[in-house]
Amino acid sequence: MPQTRDLSLRTRRRAAFSTAGLCALLLAAAFGASPALAQSASIKVGIVAPFSGPFAHYGTLFRNGAEAYVASQGGKLAGKTVEFIYRDTGGPNPGLTRTLVQELIVKDKVDYLGGFVFTPNALAAAPLAQQSQTPMVVFNAATSAITDRSEFIIRTSYTLWQVTVPLAQWASKNGIKKVVTAVTDYGPGIDGEKAFKSEFAKQGGTVVESIRMPISTTDFAPFVQRIKASGAQAVYTFLPGGPPNLGFVKAYNENGLAKAGIRFLGTAETDEYDLPKFGDAAVGLTTAFHYSAAHPSAANQKFIAALKARDANAVVNYAVVGAWDGMHVIQKMIEATGGQRDGVKAIAAVRGLQWESPRGPVRIDPKTRHIVQNVYLRQVQKRGNELVNVELQNFGPQIDWGLDK
Amino acid sequence: MTLLLNIALDGVAYGMVLFIIAVGMSVTLGLMRFVNLSHGAFAMCGGYAAALMVREAGFSFWLALPLAVLATGLAGGVIEALVLRHLYRRSELDQVLFTIGLSFVLIATANALAGPQVQLIALPPLLAQPVDLGWRTLPAQRLFVIAVGLAVAATAAWTVAYTRFGVWLRAAVDHPDTAATLGIPIRLVQCASFAAGAALAGLGGVLGAELMPLEPYYALKYLVLVLVVVAVGGMGSISGSLLAALALGTVETASKYLLSGWGSLPFFLAMALLLAWRPQGLLRR
Repeated sequence: MPQTRDLSLRTRRRAAFSTAGLCALLLAAAFGASPALAQSASIKVGIVAPFSGPFAHYGTLFRNGAEAYVASQGGKLAGKTVEFIYRDTGGPNPGLTRTLVQELIVKDKVDYLGGFVFTPNALAAAPLAQQSQTPMVVFNAATSAITDRSEFIIRTSYTLWQVTVPLAQWASKNGIKKVVTAVTDYGPGIDGEKAFKSEFAKQGGTVVESIRMPISTTDFAPFVQRIKASGAQAVYTFLPGGPPNLGFVKAYNENGLAKAGIRFLGTAETDEYDLPKFGDAAVGLTTAFHYSAAHPSAANQKFIAALKARDANAVVNYAVVGAWDGMHVIQKMIEATGGQRDGVKAIAAVRGLQWESPRGPVRIDPKTRHIVQNVYLRQVQKRGNELVNVELQNFGPQIDWGLDK
Repeated sequence: MTLLLNIALDGVAYGMVLFIIAVGMSVTLGLMRFVNLSHGAFAMCGGYAAALMVREAGFSFWLALPLAVLATGLAGGVIEALVLRHLYRRSELDQVLFTIGLSFVLIATANALAGPQVQLIALPPLLAQPVDLGWRTLPAQRLFVIAVGLAVAATAAWTVAYTRFGVWLRAAVDHPDTAATLGIPIRLVQCASFAAGAALAGLGGVLGAELMPLEPYYALKYLVLVLVVVAVGGMGSISGSLLAALALGTVETASKYLLSGWGSLPFFLAMALLLAWRPQGLLRR
């Protein structure tokens, strides 16, 4: 084969064009042969979540909730079969999420996006949802600003402002005047800190110190010591579920904070996935949150039954409910658009949607597209051999106070 | 004052865990000039073995701990005798590639056997109870770790200085060819040192499970910390590893108390400064 530089210009150009032509032909054949012909009545829902790594349980919880919902509706949503396409983000990874969502929209041509555990991932996907007009239902990520990033985002989980404001009000009413906040240093953590500080100050209390813990922390003993040294009566905390949450609550117990009289004011920390791992040391921990598996309602019983029917060992927690209600919203969107791809119509149809969720009565706020729901004060108690979050008080329906500014 | 005491106590506990894991790698690197990047995986194996024994087989922690350490040591010795010894003569790149590959295999094995979630080792009541030191309360497990770390350091120092094996070890490090000529069983020394290093890594994995959670990616996640301790301490020096581990552990803990917004930056800054000051390590053998 003669060296390239020995060939004349004309021969080289000819070679380049024919190679390009061949490539174009192959690409066309590949796309042509793809199942674009399979334009069946099936609705494609892309679920973006971690399915591997330390947060892999979220992926499983979403899958359980979403598939159980479809099964509970008889296997079809609004008469259409639903095809789930799961993509693994591995954890907080906005770059990878962007790539995955792009593939889902362009290559797999999904009708709806769902999932999103971490705020940075949801923020990375928002511009893509906006540009492609794909409705994106956030099952978990809890920073208020997310729903502002695109008109096509609906959220069925919660925000830190939503659950923290009533908690701060309760703390103040119950004689707690000095609190120290200890949150993980990222979106929702900072939201929680701001929410608590502003509401608690409004109620006349003081936040004596605001500790921010790096997201990669595994050893929480130093932070717990700082909490002790701050002289506060209670600690307000937020950490992502999984190893960080587990580590912090263990450090709280093992370093004698409860004995020192520093009360625990949490939100998601005692969720049913992590709760069994704490053992009896968790009894008495107080949290304000929107879902407890022990919520006494018929809708919740039906929900738990549907989950256990598919897997008797399934965990029932807020992430599963987020996916369950998320699929309910997607079902209503499919109904409203008749199974056609129309993002604008779909979103318009679910603004103001009201229904009875396993967590209580809920509705989608027409202005913010975030879910409005009851927030409850719960305490960890032992029932039989199990630790449960018992709802002591209902704070009533709460909006996303973070977007109410 | 309380703050300084807290930093010292937590820093020493964390540093001891790093030391116990790193000392095996320091000896391997210094003795056999063998770049073993699967050392973190041995720590992980020890931790997983203990966690599974306690949880699945119902062993008591006090039984599971020595068994896990022995098992990891045995595994290390077997891998060394069968596979790794063929790599001693190969280039450093070959050694790195192989041991990283070994790490990935062990990560995937851990994931397949036990799943991706964090493995908790249920501590016995003696270790789980909070100990009140007057100015603070801390779990007894931390004090146990510090005690074990000191014991490991003392045993290692005594072995190297006062036993025949220690003499063989030092001879094999300084002049391998002369040592072989004098009839010192170099292969035995190499295999035994590697197995001991792996066993110590396993011990560190079990003891450090509270500070460094056991999950499949443990093998690579904490490898960097171990490498830093070995590099800063000086390859082949046990006292160097101890010094480096304590110093860096204290810096990391201090940064959590005082500069938590900076994450791990102070740790790596300290590493850079120490290496710039002493490129061969703090206490080069």
